[in-house]
Amino acid sequence: MELVNPILEFKKTCVSYSKQTMAVKYVSAAIERNTITAIMGPSGCGKSTLLRAANLMHALYPNIRVDGEILLNGQNILSMEPIEVRRKIGMVFQRPTPFPTMSIYDNVLAGYSLNGIRLSKSERNEIVEKCLRNVALWDEVKDVLNKKGTFLSGGQQQRLCIARALAMKPEVLLMDEPTSALDPIATKHIEDLILELQKDVTILIVTHNMGQAKRISSRSMFMYLGDLVEYDDTEKMFSNPTDERTRAYLTGKMG
Amino acid sequence: MSDKLFRIFLFIAACLIPIICGGIIYALVTDAYESFEHFGFLNFIFSSEWDYTEGNEQYGALPFIVGTMMTTFLALLFCIPFSLPVALFVGEYFKGTPVAAILSTVTDLLAGIPSIIYGLWGFFTLRPIIMALDISPEGSSILTASMVLSIMIIPYAASLSAEFIKMVPADLKEGAYSLGATRFEVIRKIVFPVAGSGIFSSYILAIGRALGETMTVTMLIGNTNQIPDGITATGNSMASIIANQFGEADGLKLSSLIAIGLILFLITAVINMIGKIMIKRARIS
Amino acid sequence: MIMNDMKILQRLYTDKIFKIAVCLFAALTAIPLFAILGEVLIKGYSQLSWSFFTEPTPTAYKAMQAVAAGEPIPGGIANGIIGSVIMLGMATVVAVPIGILCGVYLAENSKKRFAIIVSYITDLLQGTPSVIIGIITYVWVVVPMKGYSAIAGSVALFIMMLPLIIRSTEETVKILPASLKEAGLALGGNNARVTLKVILPSAFGGIFTGILLAVSRVIGETAPLMFTALGCSFIRWDIDKPISAVPLLIWEFFNDPNLQELIWGASLFLLIFVLSLNLTAKYFAKKWNS
Repeated sequence: MELVNPILEFKKTCVSYSKQTMAVKYVSAAIERNTITAIMGPSGCGKSTLLRAANLMHALYPNIRVDGEILLNGQNILSMEPIEVRRKIGMVFQRPTPFPTMSIYDNVLAGYSLNGIRLSKSERNEIVEKCLRNVALWDEVKDVLNKKGTFLSGGQQQRLCIARALAMKPEVLLMDEPTSALDPIATKHIEDLILELQKDVTILIVTHNMGQAKRISSRSMFMYLGDLVEYDDTEKMFSNPTDERTRAYLTGKMG
Repeated sequence: MSDKLFRIFLFIAACLIPIICGGIIYALVTDAYESFEHFGFLNFIFSSEWDYTEGNEQYGALPFIVGTMMTTFLALLFCIPFSLPVALFVGEYFKGTPVAAILSTVTDLLAGIPSIIYGLWGFFTLRPIIMALDISPEGSSILTASMVLSIMIIPYAASLSAEFIKMVPADLKEGAYSLGATRFEVIRKIVFPVAGSGIFSSYILAIGRALGETMTVTMLIGNTNQIPDGITATGNSMASIIANQFGEADGLKLSSLIAIGLILFLITAVINMIGKIMIKRARIS
Repeated sequence: MIMNDMKILQRLYTDKIFKIAVCLFAALTAIPLFAILGEVLIKGYSQLSWSFFTEPTPTAYKAMQAVAAGEPIPGGIANGIIGSVIMLGMATVVAVPIGILCGVYLAENSKKRFAIIVSYITDLLQGTPSVIIGIITYVWVVVPMKGYSAIAGSVALFIMMLPLIIRSTEETVKILPASLKEAGLALGGNNARVTLKVILPSAFGGIFTGILLAVSRVIGETAPLMFTALGCSFIRWDIDKPISAVPLLIWEFFNDPNLQELIWGASLFLLIFVLSLNLTAKYFAKKWNS
C-alpha cells in the first residue's frame, strides 16, 4: 500500500480504561489525505475507541488514558487543547444527535454558536445552505429550517449531524458506525454522501458492516482485540488478506 | 383474606386522601366565611388594616400577602447562586463520584434540619450580624428571614435540578464537545436548554416550600402588621401571622386568620400543582 | 492566527473560572450545615446530663432562682420527649398501615382515573404548609373536644406523615419487577395474599426508609403542634390533655427569657435525633438498592 500525502498518523497509540485493560494496543498507521479509510473488526476490538481518541473524546473521561502519539499534519494532537483539535477533526456518532432545543438552521451552526463565534446574517445563511446542500438535505428541509431538528427522520437527522460537523470545515471527519441505527435506504443515502465528500475532507469511518467498507473505502484496517492486524488497500484486503484472522473475519468465521 | 375484601381495604385507604383534602378545604372555607362576609372577599384581600381594638375590628390580608411574596421572592433570589452550582457539581462536574455523594448528603441533611432550629440559628447568629452591619436596627427583617429561608430551600431546588441535569444524554454532550466546545459552553448551550424546563420546575417547587415556611419566618421577620416599606423593614408573612396570633384569637379575628390560611393554602396548592405538572412533562420529554 | 490563539485562551479561562466558581459556591452551601451543627453542639453540649432527659421543665421561678444563684438551670425536657414519643407513636401506628394500603392501591391502579386524582391530591397534601395542618386539626379536633390534647397533636402529625408514606410505598412497589407478582400468582396465590406475602416484604426496604424519613420530617414540626398539643410543663401520659413535645419546648424556651439557657440542649437533642434518622434512612435506602 502506498501513502502519498498522509494527513493523520497514529504512532504506537495505546488506549487504556484502567491499569489492567488496554483497549487499543500500539496501533501505528497513517491515513491518506482525501480518501476514505474504513476500520473494521468484531465488537470490542477497539475500533471505536481508537476513533474517539483521534477526536480526544477520552479527555472527557478521567479514567481513560491515551499513550503514544496521534499526529495531524505532523503535530501531536495529544498535547494540544482538545477544543482546538476538535475543530480540525470533526466527528459523527452512531446515533444521530441533533440538539433538541435548536432548529435545523441553528443545528447546522451549532459549532459556531457553541464556540462563541459571531457571524453575520449573510454568512450564516451561506453556511447553512452550503452545508445542507453538501449533505443533500437542502431540498428536503429548506422550507422548514426553523423546525426542531428532532422532527426529521433518522437518516435526515444523521445527515444534519454530518452537515453540522462539516460546517466547522474540518480537515478530517471521523465517523463512528454512522449508519448502524438507520434503515437500508437511509444507509444508501449516507454512503453516497460519504463518497461525494471525500474530495473535500479525509474520512475515517468505523463500521461493522463489511459490505459498507467494501463499497465506500479505498483503504481498510482490520482490528482484533485491540491490535491493528492488517491495514491495506480495501481491494487487496478483501481479495487476498495476509493475516489468518482477517481472512476468518472477512469470510464470516469470526465476529 | 379474600381478594374482594382486600381490594375494598385498599380502596377505602385511597379514598381517605380526597376525604382529608376535601375536609381541609371545607373547614377552611366555612370558618373563613365569617370574615369574608364581614369584610367582603376582595376587600379582605386588598385591605392593609390589621386592628383588633374591640368594637373597631378591621382585618385585611394584604400586608401578609405582600410579606409572603417578598420573603419568597428574596429567598429564591438568594438561593439560585448556591443551588445551581450544587446541581451542576452533583449532576455534571462530579456526577457519580464520592465527592458528589458527600455534597448531596450535606444538602439532604440541610433539608432535614427542623425549621425551628433554622430560626434559632438565624436569631442568635445571623441577626447580630445584620445588626452589626447596621442593615436593620433590630436585626429582624424581611431580609433576615429571607436569607435563612433561602438556605432552607437550597436542598429542594438543588437535588431536583441535579436529577434533570443528570438526565441530559451523554451523546448530546459528546456531540457538542466534538464541535470544539468547552465544558462551560456545553453547559450553557446544551445542558441548560435541554434540562431547562426541569430545572425551572424544581424552582417552582422550592417556591412552594418557601411560601408556607412558618417557624423560621416567625422568629426572624419582626412580626409587625403593616406592609413592609423595604426589604430591611419588619413585617409578617401569612404563615407567621397565623403562628403568632392564632393561639389567642377568637371570633372575627380567628375567622380572619383562617381566611389567611385559606388564601395561603390555595396559593401553595396552585404553585405546587404547576410545579408537579411541569416536572411530569419534563420527565417524559 | 494570534487572534485565534487568544480567543481559545480566553475560552479556556472562562471554562476554568466557571468550574472554580461552581465548586466554590457548591462548597459554600455546606457552611450553614456545619455552622448550625457547631453552634448547637457547642452551646448545647454543656447542658446535657442524665437529669436533662429524666426531669421535666422547671418553672420560670425556679429557673430565675438558679440563674440568680449562678447555678445551672435545673430540670430538663422529659415532658417534651415523652409527649413527642406519645404523639409520634400514635400518628405512626395509624399512618403506616393506611399509607401502605393507599400506596399499594396507587401503584397497582396507576392507569385508573381515580388513582391519578388521588395521586395528585397526595402531592397537594404533601405540599400543604404545616401551619395549615395545625389550623385544620384545631378546627376538627380541638374545637369538638373542647380542649388541646395529645390526640389533636397526633392527628396533625398523622396528616403530615400520610402523604410521605404513601409516596414511598407507591414508588417502591412500582419499581418491583412485574415477574415477582406473576410468579406469586402462578403459584396459585390470590391477589391479596401475593401482595401481603410477596410484594410488601420485597418492598420492605423502600417502605421502611420512607417511614423513617416521614418520622424525621414531622418530629421537628412546631407550628402544627402549637394549636393542637399546646404544651405542658410536667410529665403527662393522658392522651386527652394538653401535652408537650421537644420542638414545642424549644419554642417555649425561646419565648421565655428565664429559660433561654435550655434552648441549646433541647435543640442539640432534636437535631441529633433528626439527622441520625435521616442518615439511617439514607443508609437503608442505599443498602436496599444494591
